[in-house]
Amino acid sequence: MLEQHLAVLPIILPLIAAPLALILGRSIFSWGFATLVSGLAFLLSWQLLAAALSDGVLSYAVGGWAPPWGIELRVDAANAFVLLAVTAISTLVLVYSKHSIEKEVKAANHSLFYTAHLLCLAGLSGILITGDAFNLFVFLEISSLATYTLVSLASDRRCLTAAFRYLVMGTIGATFILIGVGLLYMKTGTLNMLDLAERIDLYDSSRTINTGLAFIMVGVSIKLALFPLHMWLPPAYTHAPSAVTAFLASTATKVAVYVMIRFIFTVFGIDHVFVDMGMGLILMALAVVAIFKCSYMATVQSNVKTVLAYSSVAQIGYLVLGLSLVSVSGLMASMIHIFNHALMKGALFMAVGAVFYRVGSVDIKDFAGLGRKMPLTMAAFTIAGLSIIGVPLTVGFVSKWYLVIAALEQDQWLVAALVLVGSLFAVIYIGRIIEAAYFQKLPESRSSENIKEVSWLMLVPMWVLVIANIYFGIDTSLTTEAANSASEWLFQTNSMLENKVMEGEVLEGHAIEEKAQEVSS
Amino acid sequence: MNLWQALEPAQLITLSICVPFVGALLVIATGKVPNLREAVTLITAAILLSLVLAITDYTFLGTTLELDVVELFPGLGISFNVEPLGVLFALVASFLWIVTSIYAIGYMRGHNEINQTRFFCCFALSISSVMGICFSGNLLTLFIFYEVLTLSTYPLVTHAGNDAAKQGGRIYLGILLSTSIAFLLFAILGTYALTGTLDFRAGGIFDDSHNKVVLSVLLVLFCYGVGKAAIMPFHRWLPAAMVAPTPVSALLHAVAVVKAGVFSILKIIIYIFGIEGLKDLVTTDVMLYIGAATIVLSSCIAMTKDNLKARLAYSTVSQLSYIVVGALLASSIASAGAALHIATHAVGKITLFFCAGAIMVASHKKNISDMAGLGRKMPITFAAFAIGAISIIGLPPMAGTWSKWYLAIGALETDKFIIVAVLMVSSLLNIAYLLPIPIKAFFSKPAEGAEPWRWSQTKEAPLPILVALTVTSGCCLAMFFYLQPLVDLVNLIPGVSTK
Repeated sequence: MLEQHLAVLPIILPLIAAPLALILGRSIFSWGFATLVSGLAFLLSWQLLAAALSDGVLSYAVGGWAPPWGIELRVDAANAFVLLAVTAISTLVLVYSKHSIEKEVKAANHSLFYTAHLLCLAGLSGILITGDAFNLFVFLEISSLATYTLVSLASDRRCLTAAFRYLVMGTIGATFILIGVGLLYMKTGTLNMLDLAERIDLYDSSRTINTGLAFIMVGVSIKLALFPLHMWLPPAYTHAPSAVTAFLASTATKVAVYVMIRFIFTVFGIDHVFVDMGMGLILMALAVVAIFKCSYMATVQSNVKTVLAYSSVAQIGYLVLGLSLVSVSGLMASMIHIFNHALMKGALFMAVGAVFYRVGSVDIKDFAGLGRKMPLTMAAFTIAGLSIIGVPLTVGFVSKWYLVIAALEQDQWLVAALVLVGSLFAVIYIGRIIEAAYFQKLPESRSSENIKEVSWLMLVPMWVLVIANIYFGIDTSLTTEAANSASEWLFQTNSMLENKVMEGEVLEGHAIEEKAQEVSS
Repeated sequence: MNLWQALEPAQLITLSICVPFVGALLVIATGKVPNLREAVTLITAAILLSLVLAITDYTFLGTTLELDVVELFPGLGISFNVEPLGVLFALVASFLWIVTSIYAIGYMRGHNEINQTRFFCCFALSISSVMGICFSGNLLTLFIFYEVLTLSTYPLVTHAGNDAAKQGGRIYLGILLSTSIAFLLFAILGTYALTGTLDFRAGGIFDDSHNKVVLSVLLVLFCYGVGKAAIMPFHRWLPAAMVAPTPVSALLHAVAVVKAGVFSILKIIIYIFGIEGLKDLVTTDVMLYIGAATIVLSSCIAMTKDNLKARLAYSTVSQLSYIVVGALLASSIASAGAALHIATHAVGKITLFFCAGAIMVASHKKNISDMAGLGRKMPITFAAFAIGAISIIGLPPMAGTWSKWYLAIGALETDKFIIVAVLMVSSLLNIAYLLPIPIKAFFSKPAEGAEPWRWSQTKEAPLPILVALTVTSGCCLAMFFYLQPLVDLVNLIPGVSTK
């Protein structure tokens, strides 16, 4: 009975739990409840990934209405993989957040925080699983609205302007996506992604479709903070509570990248987007500029959270670069990096949050001397930092390896060189912080303060991520297998669509997928 | 000599990497009891040497030692494959580790250094990664241990923890990490994209089907990517690393780290490009002359340095390029000379650094101009210094003669007369900046301003230091007469021969 509804549970569960967390009221109860729910969602997504890897696609008709009329949820290797990363990070962040938000969020707002977090989780899971373009917009708004709330919960009042800025930009992005989806609906009369894909191919060079594509791409680019539409991100990440930043940095933008992948590969088709509309070059250029500009910006900031925020924008450049290479290995590099980057940034922001918890500031100068006072936190920061730099035996190296190999496969030697050179900036911005922590003395003014290691409730999630950084850097079989089958899957559905149009054979959207599954098995 | 016959041969590789690693952990565990901690270091070093000797035995017997540890990427992972060149380097590093450990005990205590536990721990870790580099079976493994070596020596370079150490550490890490990521990793990935393999194979993995222009670019990337080889203009990190305590400068920045660099270049040229394949590339000559320029220029810079360790550092930069030049001459004799130079330069230069450290411990003098007349107070130290200097210059009866001899023959064979000239000029320059130091120490009077009250108290350095520098200077002498085992080992390298 439950197995049948497995696909919908990761959405429904946090969605129902969110108001309950508010009703529970007391901080400690809502914390325990939210963590439990998130942990359950993680177990469910583990099952979903296993099911998707063994059986291919799981389709679920919401409310029993058959697609394409009703809303369809589709779980395949690609989104189950990202869902696993999202729910895992969410659970770890929730464990971590108990102490962290006690310091950073007013006591009255604690249960509100857990409610918003669960809503955000529900929204993100929904975006990942849904097979319906309009439904995707709805979930995007659920997660975004929850995110604005989360950002504005910090006790530092500067978070309000950051949240407002984020709200304005986020809403513009959402509106663009809505307009785009509307245009597609106007032309094709359907909202189901597979149905859309099929009909878009029939109206190959329709101006309405192309305008829809443009709106959607710009809207999604705002959401994923692709350079130059990233200006909302650094202030939001800087001023949000640390637990929120850790969660958002490792999930929200990654999910937006997934949305872009979905729209390009499943809905519009790579030939349409990359060959006819020439978007590959645009994305590649923007990605490379993002890597260089934002990595540079990261090296000149004084607030460590801002440093990491700019680093995130630069890392998004790597993600977009991977998919702009239009190859199975390029897409695979992006998928792997979605997972890996979540591990690194989660760990880094958690370490920074721990520093804020003890020191009350995250300026680089306040990191001075922490290497001795908070050895475990700074060790975690150092290892995760090495991972961002891409030192071998960490996940960062694996990501970089696949991305550069993908670029070289396409004979893009220049791009490959730029990726490697761009990653050198990370040596500088991580190096500055580590140097401050280990080589500078604790300032006299602080020596009277009681700065010591944070509690295990913060250390355990941090170190789980750090160990994952190393484990998945050595044993890459899980990530590569999942990412590989995800990207092959995306390509297969795509090529099946292309073939079908060429042969003039009319197949229903779902028949195509079945055929793709036959081929893949 | 094989004390480990009961073991599966391939397990020796695992052990030779794990033993120093476990040693590092034990050093931390016994950190509270300095005597026990030093005993752990010495025992670990001795066990490691016996392991490497056993591996040498197998190499002479012709047994192949291979080991695949873990697969990082499909069909590509951490794997080890013992070949004669790696054995040579492992022998040098593990033997000198024992001597340096003895020396370090005397030095660190004599100098009252702080954080000695961290020092001995990181030292063992870097030796562990050097062993990984020696026995690496593919470029990926080499790269991984190369990076681990960089990171594990960083705390040693910044040991003093003051501003100078921080600045030195910044240059050290900056140059080594940047070159390895931007050039070496790029070259490795490029190689993988071209050939689909990264294994070290006799004769190289490139063949005629590969574009010569691309290969030429890769050669340059490899040469500069291995920043530890200190080819100009990426040599600055080596003088910067001299802020480290002297045992570090001695073992790591005269032997283990820098030799890991030139060893990597030599290994890449022999087993990735192939000595024959190198001849067709346009950039071979370019890099050859850049190497030759490095030899001469850094010798010239060395002459201007008054700080003894800085002078020795630039001398090392110059000597490293001997090996690079030997590799790039693309002749079997020159490659043999390059391989031998790894060993002969190691014993010579480590002696010089030991002496520099002994002088610092005994008289707290760093500058050469203050050392006039010091030879009468510290005769053993300066005699050892003279022996080491003569070996570096390449005069009989010291070990350095042979490697220089083979290098020069290789240059003559390939009609590269400029290189022959460079080698000779470099020897003259070496005489000019090394020999005056012991000569002045023995035959000059102390300068006017020297404090007489301290002067009368100066005597030889503590016993462990003297033991260590006597052993290494003895090696300089012994290896002139008894080099045959190493020559035999070098002759086992495919495509390399001293004949």
